[in-house]
Amino acid sequence: MSERILVGTRKGTFFVERSNGAWSARLAGHHGAGVNYVARDPNTGTIWAALGHGHWGAKLSSSTDGGATFEDAPQIAYPEGARHYLPPPPSETGEGEGAPTLKEATLLKLWCMAFGGDGRIWCGTIPGGLFSSTDGGASFELCRGLWDHESRGGDVTDGPGNGGTKWFGTPAAEGEFAPGLHSIEVDPRDPNRLLVAISTAGVFETADGGATWEVRNDGLVMEYAPDPTDVWAGHDPHLIQMCKSDPDHVWMQNHCGVFYSSDGAKSWKEVSQKDKGVHFGFPVVADPNDGRTAWLVPGHSDMKRVTVDGSLFVARTTDGGESWEQLRGGLPQELAYDVVYRHAFDLGGDSLAFGTTTGNLYVSDDRGESWAAVAHNLPPVYSVRFG
Amino acid sequence: MPRVELTRHLYQFFPDLEGEQIEVAGATVAEVLAALEERAPGIGFYVCDERGRIRQHVNVFVGTERVQDRTTLTDPVPPGAAVHIIQALSGG
Repeated sequence: MSERILVGTRKGTFFVERSNGAWSARLAGHHGAGVNYVARDPNTGTIWAALGHGHWGAKLSSSTDGGATFEDAPQIAYPEGARHYLPPPPSETGEGEGAPTLKEATLLKLWCMAFGGDGRIWCGTIPGGLFSSTDGGASFELCRGLWDHESRGGDVTDGPGNGGTKWFGTPAAEGEFAPGLHSIEVDPRDPNRLLVAISTAGVFETADGGATWEVRNDGLVMEYAPDPTDVWAGHDPHLIQMCKSDPDHVWMQNHCGVFYSSDGAKSWKEVSQKDKGVHFGFPVVADPNDGRTAWLVPGHSDMKRVTVDGSLFVARTTDGGESWEQLRGGLPQELAYDVVYRHAFDLGGDSLAFGTTTGNLYVSDDRGESWAAVAHNLPPVYSVRFG
Repeated sequence: MPRVELTRHLYQFFPDLEGEQIEVAGATVAEVLAALEERAPGIGFYVCDERGRIRQHVNVFVGTERVQDRTTLTDPVPPGAAVHIIQALSGG
């Protein structure tokens, strides 16, 4: 069983550790700072933290002593000439108005990280950037193949490119309405094959380490678009996760439902089940050993981003989304308004853990059948990762 | 030489500067910040973004005057002036 959980919160990094069978939480670092994501690089043991300092900007922090101390890491920055089309922000009357505008990119948010089998370190950012390091994090480089993708205007370094963007934004951006790259899934079979997911553009696949990318939105439904299945309808995956042992099985919690792919994201099938409360939410966990098994923590709807009827449950499927069961053991069933953000649910061995916006952290050691609250008064939880 | 006065918030990231009298050479805000970066590597990216602009929620004052050029940092800094770097308070 996994013995440590790294927790990123609005006010610092916490470690939740098991000793003599009991979990306990402690502040580990970044006291008072927003911590969007904390994870341990399995290749090196370095713990990485993606910080959002508010006044002082987004900063990368790392620990090479197991979390005893953290220091500023070499920082991620958009290179000179990195421009992008910024979609018009939503107006009071609804969708954005006017044409997108070309803007020099600056780092707004470090949102997620991933670690490839080849030692490469990946980081997803807002505005819609994918950065990677091939030197253990000493330096990071913007992935131009995705940044200059034709769906985003092409190469706009020195000109208007093809004149526009099909990418929209996310209110998760800090201060702008810019797209956000929140999911990076490296294929365990081939570290040059990745899937990334972006709010709001959809899923992209590379098979050549990031040089070229193909959109993978077939089958997604954007229920607020005039043509909901248009590949560029503004699809809003909230998170994707691939099965580690069978990576052609990929799961997605989307703004507009739950989707599953059994062909490596070439096509998606909606597997929501509204009568079981399975439709809206943020996180999804794919079983690393069984591509047809996944867990969610659903919310009521996008209009009501709270639990369903004030009771908290985890949903699980073991048949590729054909059916879902609600797992409620040990979870509060009344007056519970916990929301679980996209990176705040993880699996380690047979243990599952999720943290909530109300500062609760729940752990299950039996694959979700029963849960125990191991912390109640944490700051709002952004990220939960075993490590 | 100009004197740099930092908000104590920045000492949590640059603890070696706490209690120090920070005097750096420079006749403009840009030059003062470049010299400060040499003194405390990394601090420039806290004050400015990667385009060299003062971050939206950061204020820099020369004496008691808030700097006007937040993009290219050309405001003059007289010898002996105090350059204050503080977080902008936006209410709340």
